[in-house]
Amino acid sequence: MRNIVNKIIKKYKNDKTRLMDILIDTQSEIGFIPDEAVEEIAQILNLSKVDVVQTLTFYHFFSQKPIGEYAVYLNNSVVANMMGRVEVAKAFEEEVGCGFDNVSEDGKIGLYNTACIGMSDQEPAAIINGTVFTKLTPNKVKDIVADMRAGKNVKEMFDNYGDSENNSELIKSMVTNNIMKRGEVLFSDYEHGSALKKVITMTPEEVIEEIKDSYLRGRGGAGFPTGLKWDFCRQSEGEIRYVMCNADEGEPGTFKERVILTEFPKLLFEGMAIAGYALDAKEGVLYLRSEYTYLKNYLENIIQELRETNQLGENIAGKEGFNFDIRIQFGAGAYVCGEESALIESAEGKRGEPRNRPPFPVQKGYMQQPTVVNNVETLCNVVKIMLNGADWYTMMGTRESSGTKLISVSGDCKYPGVYEVEWGLRIRDMLEMVGAEDIQAVQVGGPSGSCIGKRSFKRTICYEDFPTGGSMMVIGNKRNLLNDVVKNFMEFFIEESCGSCVPCRALTVILKNKLEKILYGNGVTNDLAELEKWCNMMKESNRCGLGQTAANPILTSLKNFREKYEELINKDIEFDSGFDLSAAVAESCEAVDRIPNL
Amino acid sequence: MSEKIKFTIDDKECFAEKGQNVLDAATDNGIFIPALCHIRGVKPAGACRLCNVKIAGRLMTACTTPVESGMEIENDIPEIQDLRLAIIEMLFVEGNHFCPACEKSGNCELQALAYRYQMMVPRFPYEFPVKEIDASCPKLIIDHNRCILCKRCIRSFKDENGKNIFAFKKRGHKLQINIDEKLSANLSDEMAQKAMDICPVGAIIHKGKGFDEPIGTRKYDKVPIGSDIESVV
Repeated sequence: MRNIVNKIIKKYKNDKTRLMDILIDTQSEIGFIPDEAVEEIAQILNLSKVDVVQTLTFYHFFSQKPIGEYAVYLNNSVVANMMGRVEVAKAFEEEVGCGFDNVSEDGKIGLYNTACIGMSDQEPAAIINGTVFTKLTPNKVKDIVADMRAGKNVKEMFDNYGDSENNSELIKSMVTNNIMKRGEVLFSDYEHGSALKKVITMTPEEVIEEIKDSYLRGRGGAGFPTGLKWDFCRQSEGEIRYVMCNADEGEPGTFKERVILTEFPKLLFEGMAIAGYALDAKEGVLYLRSEYTYLKNYLENIIQELRETNQLGENIAGKEGFNFDIRIQFGAGAYVCGEESALIESAEGKRGEPRNRPPFPVQKGYMQQPTVVNNVETLCNVVKIMLNGADWYTMMGTRESSGTKLISVSGDCKYPGVYEVEWGLRIRDMLEMVGAEDIQAVQVGGPSGSCIGKRSFKRTICYEDFPTGGSMMVIGNKRNLLNDVVKNFMEFFIEESCGSCVPCRALTVILKNKLEKILYGNGVTNDLAELEKWCNMMKESNRCGLGQTAANPILTSLKNFREKYEELINKDIEFDSGFDLSAAVAESCEAVDRIPNL
Repeated sequence: MSEKIKFTIDDKECFAEKGQNVLDAATDNGIFIPALCHIRGVKPAGACRLCNVKIAGRLMTACTTPVESGMEIENDIPEIQDLRLAIIEMLFVEGNHFCPACEKSGNCELQALAYRYQMMVPRFPYEFPVKEIDASCPKLIIDHNRCILCKRCIRSFKDENGKNIFAFKKRGHKLQINIDEKLSANLSDEMAQKAMDICPVGAIIHKGKGFDEPIGTRKYDKVPIGSDIESVV
């Protein structure tokens, strides 16, 4: 074991900032990260053991104990549940013979829940040893478990490959792209490398001006003007600058980056190279969520091809001194790493805790140097803007939101998948396009966004009205909105909070408990007032976007579906502690074989 | 002499050194802004969120915000004071804080703040979580029931080679502090006492020294927290 760990650390040149990679490789080679490995890593990297444990225990996909020869990570997002996850989970438990968060007695199969894996258009889905299994049914589970018992390689358990590149030699996945609407920006035809050729005839300042003129705004959700971000970064003093691409799409219901990375990764890498040119950066890092590890070989192969064709590397496209290369940094299961400064921390080998601002990443980012972190879709837009001009780009969309947006649609609709639409589309029109009928609610922008009802369907998707990072979940009338959706989202935030800020760590739990009190029929009128007041405390008191929006599931459903809460409220009494004495003593009564006498 | 800049807190004119954070600057001007994670001279954590103040209509943590010339800061306003009390209450309900049985009673900053903010019964229900007490370190007891995860120990404690003795473990509501077994084995009495003193609550106790100073004569037994700052000017 020592040899394995030593070899891995050597591969990363004893660099402690590559601790994530070292842990990822150790986990993949040994199957888990044993205590001896932790000690070895700490010793060689000159870290304390607790430092290594700090990073290791932050990420969901790292484990300090064996997780099974086959580790099944079944998505437990809202959409997965809608599509029949409960039956699938039950089938897994029955076939494997153990519950979730456990490993079968023979150590062969481990069952785990995991947050949204970016497959909301083909749920229920699971990741088994890095390979994605979609559209699971109890019957399919039987076959999969039989194959695992027989010791089959996960890659040999299926032959129904997905469309387009999913079927290519380096991916061979059953994932499908489900591209439902090809828009004018991302899906327009172009010759790869042509934008870069044009860009190198311009000065970096001219490139930044063009991006500024396009009014392109960050597509991750926050909507910060991209040109301005680049300008700030370029003006910041530093020894070196970095371009980072945020491909940690963890917002439940989002999967558009999965499609971009599968369908046109070269567009993305060209965008990164253009950013590199504009910022005079030499290094680019693609921070890719662990759930998309199945794309690793494919993406690395493309990066290599780009190096060989002089579109990455030194003197790119023949331009003297234009040197830029890209490496992929994988995450290991942490939603909060989609926050740009947490992403940077993670890429430096640390726990993904968002940083305090100032300084901003454009001033002191990766390795304390000026860094631009852009979303995948943003960088793809950059290429088309440079090719066709800012004027062409601003013709599309609305005043404050130019261009198009890629939306991931999932849930109760006929045509789940990705849609490239112009900003400013009415939600009603969008719902018609995706074949949604009998709609109860729409979750725009994922759990951190808004839960809206019919009254709001006349509103539009754009930064000035309903901004979204790209997730749209349709919730039909047959669903229990508060129990199946709102509660699930709250549990998601509790699980994914880094835990640093007190309100985000503690109040999320308090809010979920309060919601449960109401759901269990113990709610009184005052509970709704308190719920609202406490939710509002979250908005500004936390450091990062996760904490600031973690109360949104309750806050927006309370605003738009108050009647659903009120139905559950007991209006006759003023106070209910919500404490169930018989339930509280049930366990101890059972232990001493007594019947509660209350 | 470095350049002095002028700013206001609740309309009171204040002066600060350029580059100072709002929290330290307020302290130097005799204004108390509560904080449980801040240690002067150590890089701010911005974790407890108690020092939130309002600047240009937005909540900002005073410890992480550099003071700027002409800044108008709101500190003692009902909205912020209620948020602070709520945060104190959150800390009480998410842990198990039984003051009468705690070695740190009277020297505890959380307890002192609860008195200063006149906390009666927390507005949030108690969670009574099951947490552990770790007494494996020869000189220290780590009581996770009382830990408020302020990171003070993590940020200010290194061994002679600059290695971290404390770190976090896990995340979210499962977050806890973790003490390095090897590095803490040789902790001197002096270091152990320092660890106990830096901890704002009773999560780090120097074994055998918890009651060296009798209850009733301790720091906050006679005067409220912050009064030393307020009496300076």
